[in-house]
Amino acid sequence: MKRSSMSRKDKKNLIRIAIALALFLAVFIVDKAMAGGLGGVLQGPAAWVFPFCLYLAVYLLIGYDVLWRAVRNIAHGQVFDENFLMCVATLGAFALAIYRGVTGQEIEGFDEACAVLLFYQVGEWFQSYATGRSRKSIAALMDIRPDYANLMQADGTFKRVDPAEVKVGDTILVNPGEKVPLDGVVVKGASALDTKALTGESLPREALEGGEIVSGSVNLTSQLTVRVEKEFYDSTVSKILELVENAADQKSKAENFITKFAKYYTPVVCAVALLLAIVPGLITMDWSTWVYRALSFLVVSCPCALVISIPLSFFAGIGAASRYGILVKGSNYLEKFNAADIFVFDKTGTLTKGNFAVAKISPAEDAEEVLRLAAIAEHDSSHPIARSVAARYGKQTEGGYTLTNIAGCGVVAEKKGSVILCGNGKLMERYGVPYRKEEGVGTVVYVAENGRFAGSLLIADEVKPEAAEVVSQLNGMGCKTVMLTGDNEAIAESVAKQIGLTGYKASLLPQNKVEEVEGMLAAKDKKEVLCFVGDGINDAPVLMRSDIGIAMGGAGSDAAIEAADIVLMQDDLRGLPLAKRIAKKTMAIVMENIVFSIAVKVVILILSAVGIANMWLAVFGDVGVAVIAILNAMRVNSKYLPEERGKRPAPVSVKE
Amino acid sequence: MKKVYRLEDLDCANCAAKMERAVAKIDGVNEVSISFMGQRMSIDADEGRFEEIMDNVVKACKKVEPDCTIVR
Repeated sequence: MKRSSMSRKDKKNLIRIAIALALFLAVFIVDKAMAGGLGGVLQGPAAWVFPFCLYLAVYLLIGYDVLWRAVRNIAHGQVFDENFLMCVATLGAFALAIYRGVTGQEIEGFDEACAVLLFYQVGEWFQSYATGRSRKSIAALMDIRPDYANLMQADGTFKRVDPAEVKVGDTILVNPGEKVPLDGVVVKGASALDTKALTGESLPREALEGGEIVSGSVNLTSQLTVRVEKEFYDSTVSKILELVENAADQKSKAENFITKFAKYYTPVVCAVALLLAIVPGLITMDWSTWVYRALSFLVVSCPCALVISIPLSFFAGIGAASRYGILVKGSNYLEKFNAADIFVFDKTGTLTKGNFAVAKISPAEDAEEVLRLAAIAEHDSSHPIARSVAARYGKQTEGGYTLTNIAGCGVVAEKKGSVILCGNGKLMERYGVPYRKEEGVGTVVYVAENGRFAGSLLIADEVKPEAAEVVSQLNGMGCKTVMLTGDNEAIAESVAKQIGLTGYKASLLPQNKVEEVEGMLAAKDKKEVLCFVGDGINDAPVLMRSDIGIAMGGAGSDAAIEAADIVLMQDDLRGLPLAKRIAKKTMAIVMENIVFSIAVKVVILILSAVGIANMWLAVFGDVGVAVIAILNAMRVNSKYLPEERGKRPAPVSVKE
Repeated sequence: MKKVYRLEDLDCANCAAKMERAVAKIDGVNEVSISFMGQRMSIDADEGRFEEIMDNVVKACKKVEPDCTIVR
C-alpha cells in the first residue's frame, strides 16, 4: 500500500480504529477469560458498573464522532441519519445490558454494543478508502491536463505561461517529457508522441514536420516547435477533460432507482423497528427481547451499500472505457449502450477509410506496367482517382508527354512513339481498342498503349480492415447492423455484402440521413436502442437525434466530441464491441450489487425479526454488504483486452 | 445558468443523495446533480438571482451534511 494512496483523514481514522480494536480485544478477552467475567470484580447489584465503564471507554473512543454528528444532525432536523441510527442501536444495546445488570440477570451485551460500532467504523473507513482510491486511479488515467506552455516571445526566447494565455498562431516549444498543451501543427522537429492517455493506443505516434499534434499527448524523444491552431478552451484536452468531469452528472436509471429506494427504505425500516419493539412487547411483556430485535433492524436500515456501490460501478465502467480511448459521456449512456441493438453506420469514413485507393489491378500482362502507364497519363490531375493511382505507383513518373483531356472519357498522353490511353470504356471504344471489361464495383480505369490493351485498374473506397470482424461480432451479439450511404445501389450492396451488414440504405443525400434515422427511430420497438456511428464531422444532427450517437476518431475533432454521447478517440471500429463488453460487465455488476444488497438486507431483517440473527449479523448486513458490493464494483475496472491492440502501428496524420 | 462546484469532504453517498433532494427543492433551482464519485455539484438556476440562490444552497447543504463544504 503506497502512502499517497490514503488521505490524511483515512490514516488518522485507521490508527484510531486500530487502537480501539486493540483495547476492545483486551477488555473482551479478559472479560471472557476471567471466571465470572468482569462482572465478578464488583459484587452485588452494582456488578455491571465495572464492565460497563471499561466498554464505555472503548465505545467513546471509537464512536465519539458518530455520537457528535448524530446530536448535531438532530439539531438540524435530520432524524433518519445513519449516525443517529447507529447511536440509537448501540446505546439501546447498552441500555438493555444495564437493564439486565440492574435486574440481576447475567451481565452481557456491553461487548456487542461496542463491537457493532467498531465494525461500523471499520466499514465506513473501508468505504472511504475504496472510493478515494478508485477516484484517484481514474483521475490518474485522465491525467492529461497540461500545466504550462513554453510560449515564444518577440525576441525569440521562450517563457513558461498558462496554456490559457496562448493565442492561435503563437509558436510554442514542447520539450521531451512535456505534455503538448494545445492543438497545433509541427513547424520544426520530429518526435514520437505518447497518446495513451487520450486514445488508449500504447504505441507512440510519430510527429513529423507539418503534422498535426493533439494536446494531452506527451512528447517522448525530441524537441518540437509547434504553431498553435486552437486556443486552450477549444483544444482537445479541454474538451475531453470537460466531458470526463461531466460524465458523472448524467445519472443512469439504476442510480435513480437506488436514490429513490434509499429515500423510502430507511424510514420504512425504522417504522417497522418501532412496531417490532412496541406491538410484540406489549403482547408478550418480554421487552428486552423485542427491543433488542428492533435495534438490530436499525443497524441494517442504512442503504449505504447500495448508494455507494452503484455509482461506483458506473464510475469504474466509464474509467475502464476511457483507458481504451472510449469516452462515455454519462452513466446513462453506458446503461443504454448495454441494451443497444441497432447499429446504424455512416459508410464513408466510418466503415470505409473515406479515401480512394486502387483496389484491384487486372493486367493483360504486367501489373506494374499498367500502373506506370496510368500514372503517366494521370500525373497532372488532382482528381482523387488520379491521386490514388499516383499513390499506388509511388515512383517518379516519366515526363515529356503531352496530355489531352477528353471530357467524359479520360486522358490521352502522347510522346514520340507512344500513345497512352487512360480512361473509361468509352475511350477504349472510341479508339477501337479491344478491352476486357472489369466487373468489380467502383470506378474502373482502362489503360492501353499504342492500341494494345494493357489492363484495368479498379479504384474504390477502401473498407476498413477491422470492419467485417466488428460487424460479425455485433451481429453475433444479436444486433442489427445497417449502413447509410450516398453511393448507388450496386456499390452499397457490394460493400454491405463484403462486411456482412444486415441491411443498407443507398443513394441518400446528406439531409436524407436524418430522415432515415428518424424513420428507423419511429419504426423500432420501444425497448430497442438505436446507435448511430459516424465520423462526427458532418453528421452532428444525426448523432444528436439517435438514442446514442457514437463518433469515431475523436482525437482532433472537437465537433465530434461535442455532438456524440460516446466518442471513440481512435479511428478504430473495434472500440464498439469493446465498449459493449464494458457496458455489459458494468450492468451485470450493477444488477448483482442491487440484488445482492437488497436480498441480504431483507434476509437479515427477517432473521432479526424472528430472533435468529443477532446484532453481529446485522452489522454484517450493513457494512459487510457495503464492503462486498464495493469490492464487486471494483471488478468493473479490469482488463478487457490483451495487449494485441497496441501492436498495430499508429497512423500519422499529415496536414496537406 | 449552469455552474459546477467542487465539494470538499463529501464522505457519504447517501448524504449526497439527500443534499441533492434538499437543493432541488430550493426556489429558483432548475436542475441539480450531485456526483458522489466526482465530488461535484452541477447546478442550473435562475441567472438573475444566482448568488442569492447559491447562498440558500450552501445553507441547505450545511443542514444535511455539515462536514461538506461547497467550494465557491
